[in-house]
Amino acid sequence: MTHQRISIAGLRNAGAAQDILIAGVGFTADASGALYLEAESLIVVADLHLEKGSSYARRRVLLPPYDTAATLAHLTRVIARYNPRRVVALGDSFHDRDAAARMGNEDRASLRALQAGRDWIWIAGNHDPLPPASLLGEAHDEIRVGPITFRHEPRAGDARGEIAGHLHPVARVVTTRGSLRRRCFASDGARCVMPAFGAYAGGLNLRDIAFAPLFPGRAPHAHVLGRDRVYAIGHEQCHSD
Amino acid sequence: MRRKKTPRTSPPTQALLPPLFAQWFAARGWAPRGHQLELLAHAQDGKSTLLVAPTGAGKTLAGFLPSLVELAEQPRNRPGGGLHTLYISPLKALAVDVARNLEIPASEMNLRLRIETRTGDTSASKRARQRRDPPQILLTTPEQLALLLASADSLTLFSTVRRVVLDELHAMVTSKRGDLLALDLARLRSIAPAMTATGLSATVRDPDELRRYLVAQDGAPRLAEIVTAPPGAAADLSMLDTRERLPWSGHGAYYAIHEVYETIKTAKTALIFVNTRAQAEAIFQQLWRINEDNLPIALHHGSLDASQRRKVESAMAEGLLRAVVCTSTLDLGIDWGAVDLVINIGAPKGASRLTQRIGRANHRLDEPSRAILVPSNRFEVLECTAAIEAAREGAQDTPAARSGALDVMCQHILGMACAAPFHADDLYREIRSAEPYAALDRETFDAALEFVANGGYALKSYERFAKIKQNKDGLWRIANLSVAQAYRMNVGTIVEAEMLKVRLVHGRPPKTSPQGKQTRFGTLYAPTKLSPESATSAAYTGPLRRGGRVLGEIEEYFLETLSPGDSFLFGGEVLALQGIVDNEALVSRARSDTPKVPSYAGGKFPLSTYLAARVRKILSDPKLWKNLPDQVAEWLHLQKKKSLLPKAGDLLVETFPRGGRHYLVAYPFEGRLAHQTLGMLLTRRMERRGLKPMGFVANEYALAIWSLTDTAARVRHGLVSMNELFAQDMLGDDLEEWLQESALMKRTFRQCAVISGLIERRFPGKEKSGRQVTMSTDLIYDVLRRHQPDHILLRAAREDAAVGLLDLARLADMLARVQGHIVHRDLERISPLAVPVMLEIGREPVYGEAQDEILAEAAAMLAEEAGAS
Repeated sequence: MTHQRISIAGLRNAGAAQDILIAGVGFTADASGALYLEAESLIVVADLHLEKGSSYARRRVLLPPYDTAATLAHLTRVIARYNPRRVVALGDSFHDRDAAARMGNEDRASLRALQAGRDWIWIAGNHDPLPPASLLGEAHDEIRVGPITFRHEPRAGDARGEIAGHLHPVARVVTTRGSLRRRCFASDGARCVMPAFGAYAGGLNLRDIAFAPLFPGRAPHAHVLGRDRVYAIGHEQCHSD
Repeated sequence: MRRKKTPRTSPPTQALLPPLFAQWFAARGWAPRGHQLELLAHAQDGKSTLLVAPTGAGKTLAGFLPSLVELAEQPRNRPGGGLHTLYISPLKALAVDVARNLEIPASEMNLRLRIETRTGDTSASKRARQRRDPPQILLTTPEQLALLLASADSLTLFSTVRRVVLDELHAMVTSKRGDLLALDLARLRSIAPAMTATGLSATVRDPDELRRYLVAQDGAPRLAEIVTAPPGAAADLSMLDTRERLPWSGHGAYYAIHEVYETIKTAKTALIFVNTRAQAEAIFQQLWRINEDNLPIALHHGSLDASQRRKVESAMAEGLLRAVVCTSTLDLGIDWGAVDLVINIGAPKGASRLTQRIGRANHRLDEPSRAILVPSNRFEVLECTAAIEAAREGAQDTPAARSGALDVMCQHILGMACAAPFHADDLYREIRSAEPYAALDRETFDAALEFVANGGYALKSYERFAKIKQNKDGLWRIANLSVAQAYRMNVGTIVEAEMLKVRLVHGRPPKTSPQGKQTRFGTLYAPTKLSPESATSAAYTGPLRRGGRVLGEIEEYFLETLSPGDSFLFGGEVLALQGIVDNEALVSRARSDTPKVPSYAGGKFPLSTYLAARVRKILSDPKLWKNLPDQVAEWLHLQKKKSLLPKAGDLLVETFPRGGRHYLVAYPFEGRLAHQTLGMLLTRRMERRGLKPMGFVANEYALAIWSLTDTAARVRHGLVSMNELFAQDMLGDDLEEWLQESALMKRTFRQCAVISGLIERRFPGKEKSGRQVTMSTDLIYDVLRRHQPDHILLRAAREDAAVGLLDLARLADMLARVQGHIVHRDLERISPLAVPVMLEIGREPVYGEAQDEILAEAAAMLAEEAGAS
């Protein structure tokens, strides 16, 4: 477990449009769906769901077998952008318990290349409660960094400083110009639920009751993933499906 | 005998008809018609035949006569004689209707036949019995036939089939259902080589397409025989002679509602055709609002609950209704008995469509049908005029038959594997004998086979999960029984827009009783009408209750535009959306008689190329304006004075400034789809030229683009040329690039994914679960197009989009036609002809490129809020 105090300088960084302040700590919300903590040189991504395609294939729903490659390519781009010292995969990194074993050799090699020279932390998720035996990286149920706790499944009630995944939030944004449905970070400033990062990961509307216990009395903003940046959008503008 | 036409081959005589049948005709006071005897003669020669006949020509009896004669001559009650005749109809209701009609001659001649239907509504026990002990005549749909052919006992079940009768063939061949049926027909021919096919069709533009469809193709085009019945009496066809002011735009035709009502009163029973469900709802509502005489007027469209539709249909058959407002669900041949007037609201979009709708009236050849067209705006006056002329001349513009869809073939390949192990060579040959697939190359077939087996991916990681496998003997067979079960769940080619059930949850009765409640029809058909004092929309605020009545189904994309509390028209009532729970839209009766959200969808059928050409001709020639209503002729004269009316072969493009923007309006008359595509491509090109286009709107006749830059000034200075802007090369890379990202393409891909069996119909599965994490096919599309852009499903989706959603062929033809014929008018203000399309701005969705602008706008609102607090 890592504990580190966040410097004041790190906090001052907040302010640019794509920055999210969570429990007083300033993160950069990347349009890829990753969060970057510059002070710690740390990147966190949630719900990669690697090998979801082949998981369906076992039931003879033959989805294109390129989802793992697509997710890793997406991850490679964001890692290249920030060159972090540490990467936290926030659980459900693998779609099922056998997923890591099904990974193809090329995908395995790309993952190894990403892991080289940096700390890699697999947080346990409900899809992947046990660490992937054949892969590098340390496994934890949760970790703390200063006031921030990284865990897979968000806890109900007041969980200040929690950054979690699991729910795959998406926002349906409606304006006079039209409507669209996109992945988003959901945050009220105290905690944050991250968007799913995996190519085949679906989405749960922010208006779903599953989010209600996490933000009692205070509606979260949706930090919606646009093409090149993240847009902070009020809860009123996010509609149910 | 009313025979007019002498057949070319040996003249059939009454002698073909056994005495039993001759007596039956005589007892009814009928003489067999010429085309009925001709068809019988061809059948007795073992020939497949297309019968082209107008509505009311005794088509159904003609189609079944050969079967009845043959069955009557067989030894009575021969046990185990098996299935003799299959009848396939595009509508279950039609199959049921025809079965009922067929019982009459069968029982009157005491033929002791078993005539049965098999549809989605048939009970499991009856289905099982039908396979064990089939009737002599089975009436069913293409989907049910596909299911039967995919079962292991299909080889025995169908081996006795002598004849297949395909009803409403003209309607089926233009869709993917037609492709599926063609493949099933090919399989039937393999199982029962002596079988012949009879196609029943309304008049079509090119009968040879249908003739090829009925017989096996083997390289050289093979044609079935053709029998053409004499045309019926000419229709009494007119356009509503309105005293009202004709609107510039819109699709409602509400201006004419009183005149429509008065016209209904002059008829015994009227069918009122509209082009969309939303229009049907609106017209129905409007008619009841003025229904002083409490005429029994009903509503019928495909989204209504089936039991509601059955009630309307049987009330109609009993002659209890004075009018039914309906959509194209009633275009097809169900016999409505005493209809003596057809009112077509909005433009008919095609001459053949109009003729078929007119045919719904009277249903008797010797009496003219009365039909009145009600244009809903000024352009539609031109279109209606053109359609009336075309119908009088008997011109036909049915769409061309299509080449077979790849996703349908994939579904069929899996179905055939479910029936019995097959050799790839044999199946390839069989599929190519079906007309839509006659040109199928082996490479494409192999790609489809590969797709069915293991997904057809370049990355070979799914071999062990294959659905069908090739054994050492070279035969392909299904991997296990669950594959067959999945096939059965997914059969068919109709992928509806995602539909949600509409459930009435809060039956708070309105303050006043519905008008017409005292009558039997009122309770059944009258829309809920509220007193003016309650005409405020108040959404129910209590907890949502479940368990109310299901009113029908509605497209999810429509509901997506609503927020809870919004009211809309459905089933003739104003309903307020309460919420969406588990795939159901919960609604209550709104306390208002004006829906907040109008749903002005334009027609879903594009203007036919043929009618478009006629409309351009009318526009170009003032001599043809004398039959137009005065106000329309004046409008055209004004356009001639202020701008220009293009010659028939020219494309008029007008530019003018208005409200700080610069407008470019083009008038291709190629239908909304082609115009939308043109708009997408043209704005991309203008963007690159720095003309800063901001948005566009398209209707059936024209396209309007607005921009920040003065395009006309650039043209004046020779910096931009219209010929260049409209150059054909926009259909190259621009199209490809735009298509990749377009929502249209994603929607099309989803359909192909379902039909081909890549995903199951219920996928992504909105089953009840604590977390409805939905995985959309958009994600699959994005991954697939990046990693394997030549995959067979992407190819299928592109082919579909090109035909169905983009109208690319039509756009290409238009761009080619207008090269060097673009007439640009550089105007100071809006022209009369531009008014209709300009009025659509704000009513129609505006298309633009940058979806992120939606996010930017929403984000700006939050920023504003933050600044204010």
